[in-house]
Amino acid sequence: MHALYQFVAGPLAWAAFIVFLGGLLYRLIRLLILVRNREPFISSYMSWRYGLRSIVHWLTPFGTVRWRTMPVLTVVTFVFHLFLLITPIFLLSHIVLWDEAWGLTWWALPDVLADIMCAIVIACCVFFAVRRSTQPEVRFVTDSSDYLILLLTAAPFLTGFVAYHQWTEGAWMTILHMFSGELMLALLPFTRLGHMLLGWLTRAYMGSEFGGVRHARDW
Amino acid sequence: MVSNQSWDWDIGHKEIDISDWSQRFEWVEELYASPDGESVAAIVHVDEAFNVCINGTLWSEAPADKIWHLRFTPDNRPYALISDGGQWTVAISGETWSEGYDYAWNPMASADGTHLAVAVQQAGRYAMAVDGKAWESDFSDIGYFALSPSGRSTAAAVQVRSVDSGQVHAFQEGTFSVAVDGKSWDPMFVNVWHVAFSPDERHVAAEVRLNLYDYTIAVDGQLWPQVYSTVWAPCFHPTSGAVVAPVRNKGEWVMAQDGRTIWPQPFVQLWRQQFNADGSRLAAIVAPKYGRWTVAVDGAPWPLTFGTMVTDLTFSPDGQRVAALAKEGAKWHVVVDGRAWQHAFEMAWRPVFSPDGNAVAAKVEIDGRYTVAVNDRLWSTACDMVWEPCFSSDDTRLLIRSLDKGIYRRSVISVNKIAE
Amino acid sequence: MAETDKDSTKSEELDEGIEVGVRRLTPERIQTVINSVLGAETGARFKAYIQTCIHCGLCSDACHFYLSNDKDPRFSPVGKVKQTIWPMIQAKGRVDAAFIRRAAQIAHTECNLCKRCVQYCPFGIDIAYMMSMVRRIIHKLGVTPLYLQDTAHSHAATMNQMWVKGDEWIDTLQWQEDEAREEIPELRIPLEKEGADIMYSVIAPEPKFQAQLIYQAAVIMHTAGVNWTMPASMGWDNSDMAMFSGDNEIMGRVKRAHFETAARLKVKKIVMGECGHAFRSVYDMGNRWLGWAMPPIPIVHAIEFYHDLLKSGRIRIARKYDKPVTLHDPCNVVRGGGLHEMARYVVSQICEQLVEMHPNREHNYCCAAGGGVINCGPPYKNKRMAGNRVKAEQLFDAKSRGAETLIAPCHNCHSGLHDIVHHYEIGLDIKFFGDIIYECMEKPENP
Ligand code: SF4
Ligand code: SF4
Repeated sequence: MHALYQFVAGPLAWAAFIVFLGGLLYRLIRLLILVRNREPFISSYMSWRYGLRSIVHWLTPFGTVRWRTMPVLTVVTFVFHLFLLITPIFLLSHIVLWDEAWGLTWWALPDVLADIMCAIVIACCVFFAVRRSTQPEVRFVTDSSDYLILLLTAAPFLTGFVAYHQWTEGAWMTILHMFSGELMLALLPFTRLGHMLLGWLTRAYMGSEFGGVRHARDW
Repeated sequence: MVSNQSWDWDIGHKEIDISDWSQRFEWVEELYASPDGESVAAIVHVDEAFNVCINGTLWSEAPADKIWHLRFTPDNRPYALISDGGQWTVAISGETWSEGYDYAWNPMASADGTHLAVAVQQAGRYAMAVDGKAWESDFSDIGYFALSPSGRSTAAAVQVRSVDSGQVHAFQEGTFSVAVDGKSWDPMFVNVWHVAFSPDERHVAAEVRLNLYDYTIAVDGQLWPQVYSTVWAPCFHPTSGAVVAPVRNKGEWVMAQDGRTIWPQPFVQLWRQQFNADGSRLAAIVAPKYGRWTVAVDGAPWPLTFGTMVTDLTFSPDGQRVAALAKEGAKWHVVVDGRAWQHAFEMAWRPVFSPDGNAVAAKVEIDGRYTVAVNDRLWSTACDMVWEPCFSSDDTRLLIRSLDKGIYRRSVISVNKIAE
Repeated sequence: MAETDKDSTKSEELDEGIEVGVRRLTPERIQTVINSVLGAETGARFKAYIQTCIHCGLCSDACHFYLSNDKDPRFSPVGKVKQTIWPMIQAKGRVDAAFIRRAAQIAHTECNLCKRCVQYCPFGIDIAYMMSMVRRIIHKLGVTPLYLQDTAHSHAATMNQMWVKGDEWIDTLQWQEDEAREEIPELRIPLEKEGADIMYSVIAPEPKFQAQLIYQAAVIMHTAGVNWTMPASMGWDNSDMAMFSGDNEIMGRVKRAHFETAARLKVKKIVMGECGHAFRSVYDMGNRWLGWAMPPIPIVHAIEFYHDLLKSGRIRIARKYDKPVTLHDPCNVVRGGGLHEMARYVVSQICEQLVEMHPNREHNYCCAAGGGVINCGPPYKNKRMAGNRVKAEQLFDAKSRGAETLIAPCHNCHSGLHDIVHHYEIGLDIKFFGDIIYECMEKPENP
């Protein structure tokens, strides 16, 4: 068990981070090469100003027509993404690991708060799953991969939550937690979770076209 | 080509006062000056009818129901399209052809000005007519007219078999062909565009579309061995009979000759290719990169590119130099051998080389007024209108036709006066 | 809903363009074409859109087809991708002829390429572009709806949309000039006037069916003292249905003819009549295919042109149009060109009262005619009517708040809204800006 823990906390974590960052970089470079080779025209229209303007609107809760027309989903979406990002980064027990490995520390969330946030992320995932299976327009475009991706995202939080509350014996839940987190990181660049990277680019492109050429809002 | 040697090349001005035309006539349309500058003419409206006024004199006693498209032939004769009693024809120097048509349009004068061709429609059928003589056969549609260099032959894209609109599959079997002097090629194509004569007038080439997806060049009805995802207008080599055309495959343009690629470097865009007089060089307007335009000579683009457009590619008569117009933003530039003039213009017209190729002149517009520029230097006079300048055959003089304050002026000046 | 479905399926069988095309398909051809288009003709955009779309369905509420068909998910933007592109990718092109028939119907008659969904998708995924790629495949397979294909043929053969022949075009202009001279004796439609400031270009339905629009434009030009011209050669038509049939090569050819005609005439600008798709074709579609990042000669849509004429006082309004109007924002010039505020300025100058529709400006609903959908012809009219109930509701609402006239500054919108107004018995008068300006402007006195 200890050896497994060491492996998952050490080399596997390394590998996951490398695949995650390397994968994102690879995807980005592949895409940019494709732009250059196939659609060089795109760069003629890309604009920092209009691209960022669009992104800022879409990053603002209720900052777009779409966000305003569905308040519940908007709140869930923002909370989910925000907590998804913040919780693992500012979790004390994660920071401790960074400290042990690199001597890096930073401000940590109070454990109670982190716990609540984790629960909220899980609840959001449940919300998304329910929405996916009940809303006809989402259901229609849903296949098993969509649930798998959701599960992939929820798993680290679920396992982390269980491990933190020590509802299970021994370290295996912690190992599972680390493993699921690593799996998510490693697969992220190669699944639709890659929207974490590509979403900015597609939005920036549309923002640029709408701002610079179409003179209309795309939010 | 008309030699301008016999024109009056003495330095000086001749003037024609046209300021009273607007009082004499209900309205005066655009003014046209003859190439030699001796005449200025306009379509005028008087007593509810149309006439043409040349140097103050009406060209016909009998006005017409409608006159339009007044121009001068290269040998200085005014001509226009004219309609009376519902029939259309051509009038040259006031003389109308004896033949009339239900409609006549798109007049073309031969290089020496001796022949005139028009497209004609008679009872819903289409043909061309040269000097009043229409083709013996007619077609259900016509376009992309070509007049041979001597003016003796005409050709056009014609629809041989008529299909009703909506019969898409019949249409896709091919209804268009090329007619030369009224005789159409045997093969029919989905579409035919841009018909071109060889310099010796013995051959005709055109862009053809074989089905919805395959395009190629046909010469005298024979296809190139290759097909392409599309092509642009072909042109003939001045002596060898070879045909070159820009062709597109896999989203890129290359130059091909008789079906073989001759410019290997692909371009984002490539068109309006043109040989110099002896056929030793080939130039074209190109976009080496998306949104950047320039000229390529023998496949090598000029390093200087422009963001908006390039037009009016011209070789010098000796074939050694190339000029074009280039637009950046709203401003036009004259570019010669890859170098742009310092001056930029609101509008510029096709650059004109002196016979020895040393000087380049162009009609240009600055601040809403027109003038002439030679080798990047401006003529001191800006006018309400100028026409395109012309060099004397000994390269030393420039003929400028201009209009200002109601006075039409034919000026012959020393080229040095502008260019130095 | 079910009924609409049955109706449209039944009538779609009458589409000879699709049916003959489908009969000629072979599995190999389908596979080759799909893989070559998706492989060689798409790039980073397509890849990113496919990989980024998280199947969230947020784009659904953008689409008038979806909203009007009782939120049937088959009509949602991403639902259309699911029924077309996803299976093509998954099966590596091995889809059957029935699938292609359905894909042709979806891409050509259930999406107006209006890009409203871009404003609803958090990632700005351009479903209209995806549907254009489907249309490209459909074109390459020869399964384009008959009416649209015929129009594309007309473009290819005559460089205009309506098989207008060389003489017919000029003759029509001269006829309109004659007519207009009854009203303003010295009026001209100057043909082939090299060096004019403006080339005025129209779409072929104007000379073919609505020549009075050319008359009105001539009166406006004349009164405003504009130095303008119209070409007497091919290249006068700014429309482009080849753009919508996926025939990019013909689209480019038609646009080249248009721009080169303007360049030949040495004009500084091209002013175009009240048409939306034509604006799109010259502003950011055809020009791009040709390698021009922006139109080489600036394109001024009629809305902007009227705006400038009114603002500078070159045309004056004698008496404002007194019936309350509502204004339709055409997607292609509003979401595609940002002319919505100019349009409102024009309304404020020529009309007494504007009753706004909601949503409006760049968030407007499409007319359901655009993107070549109305050009697919009668077989799809029912589907088009059912697919835009939301527009009818908008119009009803505007009418209930007093609107009597509907201004639609776009030909496609005009025809599409005409159908909607009749189908739903809304009872609104539909006009172009030009109609009202012509009616209300100060004209030169007839001596
Ligand atoms: S482009 Fe318009 S019609 Fe097409 S899916 Fe999007 S919203 Fe619907
Ligand atoms: S809103 Fe965007 S990401 Fe969501 S389903 Fe539609 S296209 Fe895909």
